[in-house]
Amino acid sequence: MEQFLIEIFGDGVLINILMAALPLLFILPYALVTIYLEMKIAAHIQDRVAYMVTGWHGVLQPFADILKLLQKEDITPAAANKILFNIAPFLVFVGTYASFAVLPFSSHYAGSNLDLGLLYIVAVSALVVIGLLMAGWASNNKWSLFGAMRSAAQIISYEIPTAFVILTIVMIVGSMNLQKVTEMQSGGIGNWFIFGGPFILSKKLLLIPLMIVLFVIQYVASMAEVNRTPFDIPEAESELVQGYNTEYSGMKFALFYLAEYANLFVVSALTVVLFFGGWSSPFGDFLSGPFWNAFWFVTKGMVFVSVNIWLRWTLPRLRVDQLMYISWKVLTPFAIFCMIAVGFILVW
Amino acid sequence: MNALSTYFRDVFRGVSTALIGMKITARHIFTRSVTIQYPFVKLTLPERSRNRLYVNMDDCIGCDQCAKACPVDCIKIETIKSTESDNLGVTSTGQKKKLHVPIFDIDIAKCCYCGLCVYPCPTECIMMTDVYEFSEFNRYNLIYNYSTMTPSEVETARAKLKIAEAEAAEKKAAAAFLAAQVKIAQPTPTQPPISPTT
Repeated sequence: MEQFLIEIFGDGVLINILMAALPLLFILPYALVTIYLEMKIAAHIQDRVAYMVTGWHGVLQPFADILKLLQKEDITPAAANKILFNIAPFLVFVGTYASFAVLPFSSHYAGSNLDLGLLYIVAVSALVVIGLLMAGWASNNKWSLFGAMRSAAQIISYEIPTAFVILTIVMIVGSMNLQKVTEMQSGGIGNWFIFGGPFILSKKLLLIPLMIVLFVIQYVASMAEVNRTPFDIPEAESELVQGYNTEYSGMKFALFYLAEYANLFVVSALTVVLFFGGWSSPFGDFLSGPFWNAFWFVTKGMVFVSVNIWLRWTLPRLRVDQLMYISWKVLTPFAIFCMIAVGFILVW
Repeated sequence: MNALSTYFRDVFRGVSTALIGMKITARHIFTRSVTIQYPFVKLTLPERSRNRLYVNMDDCIGCDQCAKACPVDCIKIETIKSTESDNLGVTSTGQKKKLHVPIFDIDIAKCCYCGLCVYPCPTECIMMTDVYEFSEFNRYNLIYNYSTMTPSEVETARAKLKIAEAEAAEKKAAAAFLAAQVKIAQPTPTQPPISPTT
């Protein structure tokens, strides 16, 4: 991909800007689709129909929403810390956007083919916490601060089980490069890590239950990391009036929203890369050109985004102590156990 | 050991109940939604539903009973007596109309849709309809004027009444004068009074 762009535009600064802007081309339409998907799934789960008037079955509604947000007045509260208040949404979005740099969209395209890709994702997604904390603090509003504090506590705690899961996968692959993780799982649905990876049958059978547990841990933790129900304690519309979002309006609010949705895709994509073969086609070599790879990657990602939405409208919000209980007393010990077990199986 | 088994049971229960919840919501995705697309599809209202008031002025006899019954005083009625020369016709129930009704205003913004005005009406001319979409941008548009009389008609009715009243007053005065004359002519207090007509 980079070579191709260099051939068209020549080597220079432009090429770097282009490469950096490419994920944005994905995020913006993706956010529109997801807003629509979220509303529709939410409505149908509750036996409603959601938007029906703007375009066919309301497909133009996300555009209308964005248009509305663009027109909104950009308010900075008088009591807020103006600099921090204005930086925060951008920081949140940058943290999320930076994760896209290493996502392997296709065998021929990943923004940056980092050898420390997985570590980079874990590190960069922590930047979001700083942004949220900044937003909550700068809003000078006790509810926002509550939300930000909770958010920080939540994201930091849930990074630990995620890290253990990632470590397990790194143990199997022997590399932190997301492309290498994906390549190891290519060659059909049977080679995906959720189905035991490319090992001999006896090892596979031992690995499958562990992998399923690891997948559940990773998925639950990722849900907590994107602050969505049942882990939307930092936002908690009903008790904290949207937490750190409360004082934001217009495009800054939209940026938070966009960051949330983008982050949702990042964690779903991470799940896909870790357990569901990344960009590799489920049919082995069939349907697996560079473009088909991108198609599979996005499709799998969207499936997990949809499942996330589905879960969001199924489960009620947890209490703070339950949240901590799940992270520290359930997910982390299970993850450690699975990691050790996988280690033994691998050397056996 | 007991605590450990409780722990594992809780974890298992947590995961399994979440899956049960997901199964239920998944089933609801594919059930028919209950939404009625309101402006395009409307439910038929029950027969006796109470919505906007309507007054059939052809039948109104100006008896003011609805205005008296109204708990929020949203009905304002003014009447002019008809003279003998006027023929206002009869209502559909066969009652003779004796009053002009120059003002019959209902402030529907005040109306509480209790329907109490409907029952006392002797001619059943005020009724609750099933129209419920009548929002306005200007609140004063919600004062409905039901009177069918034009200002000039009101004017003539007033003038006629004035003339009739004047005539009646004259007659009365004449009669009183006559009676007084008779009284003066026969001032005997012991005799019972004799009416002037006899």
